[in-house]
Amino acid sequence: MLVFILRRLVQAVIVMLTVAFIAFMLFQYVGDPVTSLLGQDATQQQREELRRDLGLDQPFPVQFARFVGNAVRGEFGLSLRQGRKVSTLIAERFPATLELALGAAVIALLAGIPLGVYSALRRGSFGSQLVMTLSLLGVSLPTFLIGILLILVFSVTLGWLPSFGRGDTVALGRWSTGLLTVDGWAHLVLPAITLSVFQLALILRLVRAEMLEVLRTDYVKFARARGLSNRAVYFGHALKNTLVPVITITGLQLGSLIAFAIITETVFQWPGMGFLFINAVQFADIPVMAAYLCLIALIFVIVNLVVDLLYFAVDPRLRIEKSTAGH
Amino acid sequence: MSTPAAAPGRLARWLDSDVWHSFRQSPMAMLAAVIAALCVFCSVFAPWVSPHNPFDLATLNLSDARLPPAWMEGGSRTFLLGTDDQGRDILSALFYGARLSLAVGLASVLLSLVVGVSLGLLSGFAGGAVDAFIMRVCDVMLSFPSILVALLINGVARAMFPQAPESLALGVLILAIALTGWVQYARTVRGSTLVERHKEYVQAARVIGVAPLRIMLRHVLPNVLGPVLVLATIQVAAAIITEATLSFLGVGVPPTSPSLGTLIRVGNDFLFSGEWWITIFPGAMLVLIALSVNLLGDWLRDALNPRLR
Repeated sequence: MLVFILRRLVQAVIVMLTVAFIAFMLFQYVGDPVTSLLGQDATQQQREELRRDLGLDQPFPVQFARFVGNAVRGEFGLSLRQGRKVSTLIAERFPATLELALGAAVIALLAGIPLGVYSALRRGSFGSQLVMTLSLLGVSLPTFLIGILLILVFSVTLGWLPSFGRGDTVALGRWSTGLLTVDGWAHLVLPAITLSVFQLALILRLVRAEMLEVLRTDYVKFARARGLSNRAVYFGHALKNTLVPVITITGLQLGSLIAFAIITETVFQWPGMGFLFINAVQFADIPVMAAYLCLIALIFVIVNLVVDLLYFAVDPRLRIEKSTAGH
Repeated sequence: MSTPAAAPGRLARWLDSDVWHSFRQSPMAMLAAVIAALCVFCSVFAPWVSPHNPFDLATLNLSDARLPPAWMEGGSRTFLLGTDDQGRDILSALFYGARLSLAVGLASVLLSLVVGVSLGLLSGFAGGAVDAFIMRVCDVMLSFPSILVALLINGVARAMFPQAPESLALGVLILAIALTGWVQYARTVRGSTLVERHKEYVQAARVIGVAPLRIMLRHVLPNVLGPVLVLATIQVAAAIITEATLSFLGVGVPPTSPSLGTLIRVGNDFLFSGEWWITIFPGAMLVLIALSVNLLGDWLRDALNPRLR
C-alpha cells in the first residue's frame, strides 16, 4: 500500500517535471523575453543588464532549477499582453472556472446515475431507448454547438436565462463567488448544463453497462432468492458495486471538465481561466500559456492521485491483490 | 473503397465477403453511408454543386444580406438556406466549408495514422527502452485532453512565427490535430504487434533470414491494419470536430476561407438579432457528417470483429 502510494507520487513528480520542462522551453526558446520586455530599440548594454538580471546568462540546469523554484511559488512573471502578474490574473479567474466545473459535475452525477440505472432496469422500454439515443447524440455533439443551441432556445427564443457572463458576484475575501446571488445562479445554469452534457452521457452509459453486468452475477440472484425486495436488490446490492468505476471515471473527468471549460467559457463569455487561456493562445502570450499548462497538469496529477487512493479505500479486493503482486 | 476499381475477380470477391453482407444487413450503416457519401460528394464537387460562388465578391449583393431560408417569410428561392450578413448564400458557403473541414480532417488523420502506425510498429517490434520511451510519451499525451494539446501547439506556432501567412495557419492546424491523434494508433498497433510477432509466420520469416524491416512492413503490418481502419474512420469524425472547435475558438482556419467551424463562429454573432440560420445550418452539417462517420465506424468495428459474428 505504502509502496504503491510512493510509486504514484514519484510518477506524479515526473509528470510535473516534464510539464514544467515544456513550459520552461516555451519561455526560453519561443520568442526572446529580452526583446519582448525591452522592445526592439533598446541598447546593447540595456539588453546585457536585463539578461543578467533575469539570470539568462547562467547555465541551463541552473535556469531550469530557478524556473521550477519560481513555478512552485506560483511565479510565472508578467503577462506579455496585459502587463500584470500572471499569478494574479489566474487567481482572479480560478473561482469562476471551478464553480462552473463543479456545477457541471453535480449535474452530470445527479442526472447521469439515475438515468443509467433506469435504462439498465427497464432495458428495451421506450423511455430507455430514448435515453440511449439522446446520450449518443450527447457524445457526438460538439460542446460549442450544444452551448449555441441552448442559447438559441433559452435566451433568444424564450428569454428565460441570461447567456453571457457570471452576473452578480459576491467577494468572499479573495474568492469571488456567483453562488450567493440569484442572478449568479441564473447565469450558471446554461454554461453548467453545456459543460455537463458530455460527462452526463458518459456516466449514464457507464452506469448502465456496469448495472447490466452486476445484475447477471450470482450474488444478485442469491439476494433475490433470499426474498429481498427489488428495491433492496437494485440499490442496496447492485448499484453499490457499480459505483467503483463511476467514482474513477468521474474523478478523472473532473480534470478534463476544467480543460473543456475553455470551449464553454468562450461560448458564454464566462470570465474563467479557459477564456484567459484562449486569449493567451490568440496573442501568443507565453507566460500565461505556460502557467495555465502547469496549473492544469497539477490539477490532473492531484485528481489522478486522489482517485487512485479512493479506489483503494472503496475496493478491499485491490488491497490484497496489489500487496501479493508485489506492487 | 478502392476495391470496386480493381479487377472484376476482386470485385466479385468483395461482394461475396462477410463485410459486404453485414453492410447489407444493417440499415443504419447503409443510411449513414448514404449521408456520408452525399456530404463528401457535395464537398468534393462544391464548385460545381453550389448554386453560387460565395467567394466571388462581384456576385455578392448587399441587398441580399440576411435573407431567411426560402420557406420562411421574406426568403428567396435563389438562396435556399438564406444568406449571411454579406449576402453570401449559406448553402454554397456550407459546401465550401465542408470541403475545407473534410480536407483538414482527412489530412490530419492521414498524418497521425502514418506517425502512429510507424511508432506503434517500432514500439511493439523493438521492445526494451524504445518501447518504454514511446509508451511513456503516449501516457503523458493521453493524460491531457486533445483539444488542450492542439491549442497549445497552435499557440506555440503563433509565438514562433508571428507574421506567418495564412496558408501556414492551415498547416499548423493539421499538424496540431495530427499530433493529438497519433497516440491511439500507436497503442493499438503496438498491442497487435506484440501478439503477431510471436506467431509462427513471423518466426518462420525470421528463420529464413528476412530483414527485420521487411518483416515489419510486409508481414506484420498487413495483419494489424484491421483495428487501425476502424480507428481511422472514427478519428476522421473526431478530427473534423476538433477542427471545428479550434476554428470556433478563433485559432483555426482563417476567416477568409471559412470552414464549418469558422462559419459557426461568424454566425454566432447574429444569434441575438434572430438570424439563427447563419449559424445553425453549418452546425447541422457538422453534426450530420460527424454522426454518419461515427455510425459507419461503429458498424465497421462490429463487422471486422470476428468474435461478434
